[in-house]
Amino acid sequence: MSTIEAGPETAHSADGHDHDHPSFLAHHFDTPEQQFDSGKLGIWLFLVTEILFFSGMFCAYAIFRMLRPDVFEGCSQFLNTKLGAINTGVLLFSSLTMAWAVRCSQVEDNKGLVGMLAATLSCAMIFLGVKAIEYSHKWEMGLLPAGLFVYDPANPHPPRPAPPEGPWAIFDPAYWTYLDYICAPFALIFVGVVIWLIYSLVTANKFHLAVAKPLTVASMCFFVGVGLGTILESGGSESHVGEHHAGEAHAAADDGHDHPDGETHESGEAVAAVIVEPNTNEILVVGDESGNKDETAVRQRLATDSTNSGIQSEIAARQRQSSVAGTSIVTEDAEITGAIEKVESEVLTARQAGVFFSIYYCMTGIHAIHILAGIAVLVWLLVRAVRHDFNRQYFGPVDYVGLYWHLVDLIWIYLFPLLYLIR
Amino acid sequence: MSAGSIPSGKVRDPGYPTKSENYLTNSKGILSWMFTLDHKRIGVMYLVGVVVAFAVAGLLALLIRLHLFQPDGAIFKGSDANNTYNQVFTLHGAIMVFLFIIPSIPAALGNFLVPVMLGAKDVAFPRLNLCSFYLWVAGAIFFVSALCASGLDTGWTFYTPYSTSSNSSVILATSGAFILGFSSIFTGLNFIVTINTMRPPGMSWFRMPLFLWATYATSIIQVLATPVLGITLLLLIAERAMHIGIFDPEFNGDPVTFQHFFWFYSHPAVYIMILPAFGIISDLISVHSHKRIFGYRFIAYSSIAIALLGFLVWGHHMFTSGMGPLTTIIFSALTFTVSVPSAIKVFNWLATMYKGSISLTTPMCFAIAFIFLFTIGGLTGLHLGTLATDLHLHDTYFVVAHFHYVMVGGTLVAFLGGVFHWWPKMFGKMYSEWGGRLAAVIIFFGFNLTFLPQFVLGSRGMPRRYATYDPEFAYLHQMSTIGSLLLGVGLLVALVVLIHSLFRGKRAPANPWGGATLEWNCTSPPPFYNFERAPVVGDPYDFTTIEWDSENERYVTVDPEREIAPEEKPETEPAHAQGDH
Repeated sequence: MSTIEAGPETAHSADGHDHDHPSFLAHHFDTPEQQFDSGKLGIWLFLVTEILFFSGMFCAYAIFRMLRPDVFEGCSQFLNTKLGAINTGVLLFSSLTMAWAVRCSQVEDNKGLVGMLAATLSCAMIFLGVKAIEYSHKWEMGLLPAGLFVYDPANPHPPRPAPPEGPWAIFDPAYWTYLDYICAPFALIFVGVVIWLIYSLVTANKFHLAVAKPLTVASMCFFVGVGLGTILESGGSESHVGEHHAGEAHAAADDGHDHPDGETHESGEAVAAVIVEPNTNEILVVGDESGNKDETAVRQRLATDSTNSGIQSEIAARQRQSSVAGTSIVTEDAEITGAIEKVESEVLTARQAGVFFSIYYCMTGIHAIHILAGIAVLVWLLVRAVRHDFNRQYFGPVDYVGLYWHLVDLIWIYLFPLLYLIR
Repeated sequence: MSAGSIPSGKVRDPGYPTKSENYLTNSKGILSWMFTLDHKRIGVMYLVGVVVAFAVAGLLALLIRLHLFQPDGAIFKGSDANNTYNQVFTLHGAIMVFLFIIPSIPAALGNFLVPVMLGAKDVAFPRLNLCSFYLWVAGAIFFVSALCASGLDTGWTFYTPYSTSSNSSVILATSGAFILGFSSIFTGLNFIVTINTMRPPGMSWFRMPLFLWATYATSIIQVLATPVLGITLLLLIAERAMHIGIFDPEFNGDPVTFQHFFWFYSHPAVYIMILPAFGIISDLISVHSHKRIFGYRFIAYSSIAIALLGFLVWGHHMFTSGMGPLTTIIFSALTFTVSVPSAIKVFNWLATMYKGSISLTTPMCFAIAFIFLFTIGGLTGLHLGTLATDLHLHDTYFVVAHFHYVMVGGTLVAFLGGVFHWWPKMFGKMYSEWGGRLAAVIIFFGFNLTFLPQFVLGSRGMPRRYATYDPEFAYLHQMSTIGSLLLGVGLLVALVVLIHSLFRGKRAPANPWGGATLEWNCTSPPPFYNFERAPVVGDPYDFTTIEWDSENERYVTVDPEREIAPEEKPETEPAHAQGDH
């Protein structure tokens, strides 16, 4: 191995920097092409990690859909297909504007670039506005992840506290709805951007003005999304019909649910059954299958010896397991028999529907976080575009953000049918 | 350029860096380190960080071993003893895995070496590189705060449902691991892009040093596996905070799903830990045997093979978790396939040493210790991959001994070998060769005394993660504890030798070992710009032109006398003449 003097065209000055580097070329790259290729490979790898990041949740979706298809079918009725479709359209359109923005940056159409970035940002904001309506509507109804699920089919829309009176009462958080909470930070941002716009108008700072104008439009678009969502959510009676259908169907099924004790006694062989969770719809009578009856008896007998701590803890674990599964059978004598029986019942309980809504919130929530991250980088791009940073040789960042944005769009394209459409 | 005692041919040696060139001294002040974008400084900061993490986790390990000196437990007493023990072994495992082993070789040594070995000025994304370091720091802070808050007692695997019900600070620790995951992803991404796009003219894929191949394979795993850990931990945090019911059986979740998700990352993570060690050993064996590496392409391909096969074997951690019989058989069979590329490497290293002229330097001592210990670790893995024996050995000390042979006997020893090998390059100082060898020998014996008895313990039925044990195991446990103290002494000697060299060490020449890879072509320590102009690359394992200059105690590259006639075929072709680029 040897270090042969390279030709003068690659020679560097003594400090290791090429002073004929253009300003956009980082010191450790030789050519703009090398820099662009590196960035491109980097962003593609990053997108691979993003896909794998979401893959965990897609796996969870597949597993739980396979385990409980009825729950997924019943619960997806609560998702408003119209809102989902609007959001799909908005995101698809934003992908178009983003691709257009990349093109504009390549042909040095700076005005078009700023416009297209602003359009993409506005679409992102509309998406979030519609999402805010969807989320707040479900939260009001108590359709929450399993641990927080409080939906009551008999009373799907719990009454809100009385509307505030007096001019300042609107600022009292006690009366805020979930929607108000979601909108508050966006309203603050909107007010801030408007103040910035007015300030830049007053001081006649062209650069600030050029940045603040599109940002004002974009942050206003959040409320356009909220308005759109509100109209569709209230006017779109179709979804509500479906929802009430679902509610009624589940209420009908609920009748069976009120008598779990009877079910247990019918299955009969347990001496004393203690229902640990009356809420449950699956009644599990746990014991070994009848073929293993003798073995169980032997184990119980062995467990009476205090030195057999292993078998004791095994039996304790079985009891705990069965109690967690819904029903615990405590017997005096050493006989536990019976088979596992499953009683089909309504799905709108925390333990059933909660899982669907957990997956729904995890997937759409993390997707929304990606939208927020996308908004942040788009704003950064917008500022740089106004600054005329991009040219024919240096449009990498627009390209990379574009790829990211398409991925976020693509993930939504998968989420929409999986969560909203497949019934 | 000074002349050596070998007069034949034209001697080339980069000499020594001036103070304003040396990357350690070219700018001053704490801020010049904190905001540096120089991959070498970031590598040094990583090195300090992982060593501190290793020291903390190592002390916890010593606490565990001292506690186990007596059957009833020697250190933690009282009603809370078991709890304390759980927290100590959990933190030992979590800190060692997430803060030390995973970033040790790729982040600390890799950051320093990858661009220099490529003859590049820096990694492809220097800011992202600094960002990964600070993510590592943030993750470490989360772990420390978990330790200070209410500890962590779930084991480093965070298995549900215990982790969703435990009172300890699981959320803090998992957030820490989540952040560390992103640090690891960004490092891996950076290296893949750097190796793909920034190789110098003439360095085709098969002229890369094997350390780069190993780093590349590691990076693939980091990029592909770590996001799955990220989402798993995020779901676990959501499970604890909101009871989303995906992993928690109380809400109809499935704990085994967590295990699948977790091991889908964490088994490949085992290869994140060991693959870079393979890379170091390949380089060490070849350089210190002064012989061309045997089976270069096999070693390179086997790294990639391990990286890919590593994704298919996660189920072997769950043979007893209630998977179906067919699934367990398939996972068992796939597990055996991973041993093939690992064995290929070991055979190639042995063949490289055969008839080489081996210098028993400190790095070589570590490399030989690695081959011995890793072989034991790898072969005992076969017992655990076999379904029948695994049912007996699962969750016993046999497992503990097995993975310590791979992780400590493998990764840590290789890391030490690598640090001793590249220390002169990193800091420009030669350490005491005698002290280094002493450390290697003590570590080797201390390690074996610690973990060989644990194989016996495990096969006799001693379960892991217990604070007390039957008196019949006392003898073996005490052997193990004494061994761990000896291992600690060995590590301390190694640290003292290295620190001592910083103050009293002789100035290191550019090429103290006779290596042919690019990093030995720049000064020790390298200038901040690494190479003034892109170096032209030859074979990284061709030692024919490297000769010992006894007068100046260094290796130099000797260009043979050249004829003027160009037809006489030059030793190295110029870059633009090579077609395979």
